[in-house]
Amino acid sequence: MKYFLSPRVGVCVLAALLLLFPIVFSDAFYRDIGVTFLLAAISASAWNIVGGYAGQVSVGHSMFFGLGAYTPLLFYTLWGWPPLAGVPIGMLLAIGLAVVIGMPTFRLTGHYFSMATIAVAELIRIFTGTWSLVGGAIGLQGPAVARGWWDLTFRSELPYYYIFLAVLAVVLLTTAAVERRRFGFYLQAIKASERAARSLGVPVRLTKLNALALSAAFTSAAGSLYVIKTGFIDPDSAFGILISVQMLIVAALGGAGTLFGPLIGALILVPLQTAANTWFGGGGSGLTFIIYGGIIVLIARFEPGGLCDLWRRFATRIWRRAHAA
Amino acid sequence: MVLLQVIVGGLLLGAIYALFSSGLTLIWGMMNFINFAHGEFVMLGMYVALLAVLYLGGGVIGFGAAAALVLFLLGIVIYLALIRHVLRGPMLSQILSTFGLALLLRYSAFYIFSANFVSLPQTSLAGTLKVGGIFLPVAQLVAGAVAVALTLALHFLLTRTNVGSRLLAVAEDRSAAMLMGIRPDRMQALAWGLSAGAAGIAGALMATAYPWSPSVGETFGLIAFVTVALGGFGSVLGSLYAGLIIGLIEAISAFWLGAIYKDIVVYGLFVALLWFRPQGLMGKA
Repeated sequence: MKYFLSPRVGVCVLAALLLLFPIVFSDAFYRDIGVTFLLAAISASAWNIVGGYAGQVSVGHSMFFGLGAYTPLLFYTLWGWPPLAGVPIGMLLAIGLAVVIGMPTFRLTGHYFSMATIAVAELIRIFTGTWSLVGGAIGLQGPAVARGWWDLTFRSELPYYYIFLAVLAVVLLTTAAVERRRFGFYLQAIKASERAARSLGVPVRLTKLNALALSAAFTSAAGSLYVIKTGFIDPDSAFGILISVQMLIVAALGGAGTLFGPLIGALILVPLQTAANTWFGGGGSGLTFIIYGGIIVLIARFEPGGLCDLWRRFATRIWRRAHAA
Repeated sequence: MVLLQVIVGGLLLGAIYALFSSGLTLIWGMMNFINFAHGEFVMLGMYVALLAVLYLGGGVIGFGAAAALVLFLLGIVIYLALIRHVLRGPMLSQILSTFGLALLLRYSAFYIFSANFVSLPQTSLAGTLKVGGIFLPVAQLVAGAVAVALTLALHFLLTRTNVGSRLLAVAEDRSAAMLMGIRPDRMQALAWGLSAGAAGIAGALMATAYPWSPSVGETFGLIAFVTVALGGFGSVLGSLYAGLIIGLIEAISAFWLGAIYKDIVVYGLFVALLWFRPQGLMGKA
């Protein structure tokens, strides 16, 4: 019995389910939900590295997402590069932006970083809307018809699903590796108490900066994936505040600072969102965001550890009761 | 002459920025807490003013007082129901709490009032004055003057009165204040009430002169951040100067570069401040 509950078995079962999902549910509607779920999980897991593990809450991660989304299409529009070629450049740009924001704000503690991220994301969003090179408010369009497989423009959802799944695996494996290394312990020390961490010799600024850069690179990759699938981007769907909100809420709902928290958050939130959109009609209807706001407030007030933490407490209680009997 | 007109207009708007930013800086200074929903308080103040004019009648003083009172009570309720509980929690829940609150308030306003721009029906403040070749709408003039007066009043409340001393005592050292017979929870609730009330009345003042929609809260929230960062966190007088400066910069950049670029200039200023002088103009290092 104990063997079946061990985390390793759980991970294997989860991986098998994710691999089999689009084969069992071959309907395009379900596959599309699957792809949306994977994208939400990738972005939230990327956010989780700096927002969850390091405890530096970014409320403007859409800037990295947007950079990753715009760069491939910009190079496609300018020189006809396949979108895939722009992905690493987008990641490098995101890392550069992370350094620019992290350098000044990580000297200070607390809310400065959050305030700076929301302001920079807004700055970039408004600026993109006025810059004609990147299409202004209209945005940019990718290749409509694939010139070859390297354009990654497919009619079916299936290839996207497995590409996204592979990227999610990379992000989660990286996070798991971070968790076990000195870097990960530094992050947790900083989250617990920055002053204590510094006094123990943790290079606080550098560690926070590295976490932000890693998180930014993955978030940028998520943006690239999004744009490769949809083939279209505009300032609001790249840099909009709701992109940042989505990462924040998915990670916080599942459990910020845990490996599988963002995955669990996406597993609950994405189907909920799809259902809400079908019931209330219209994507991005106001009601969805009222509910989002309500969920965020409730998490903050009652369960800052998210569902993972709730489950852990619940499981411990059951375990104790079973042993006491 | 046009430039002079732009400058005066910017300063009058800046006075209102100063008023609602002083509310944000009060919370920051007192409990080291950033309220992401502060802009939404301003937005709610505008709608309360609108509802008061539509359903209660009464003049400027009437709907101004209504907005101040409703938001004052809302601030206290939010403190007691939410903020008090997250203050001692992890940073994540502190930021999530007001961030979620901002979304909740903003989209509830969208849901109830729709996304259309509205403005107050014609009030007694209609008309313009012509002074020395520039036109001054009476509504803007009154709103700006009242905003400056109220910001100064808040400053004097904090620095010259008994209540102010108690508020600052709690800010300085919670447990020492408790030993002196001050109840920190009451003082912090009062601070939230004052902060939200200042935002509400600023919203009501702004509503007399400018049209608005539910999305203005986001812009005002960011402007309050910039103002507080420029004026120094926790300094009401600093936010008065900073608000005027921001209003001026915004008006001039809108005039020279075009209306779209004014936000870019203001947010750019914020980023530059965080780089070069994070403690603000008047803040202590």
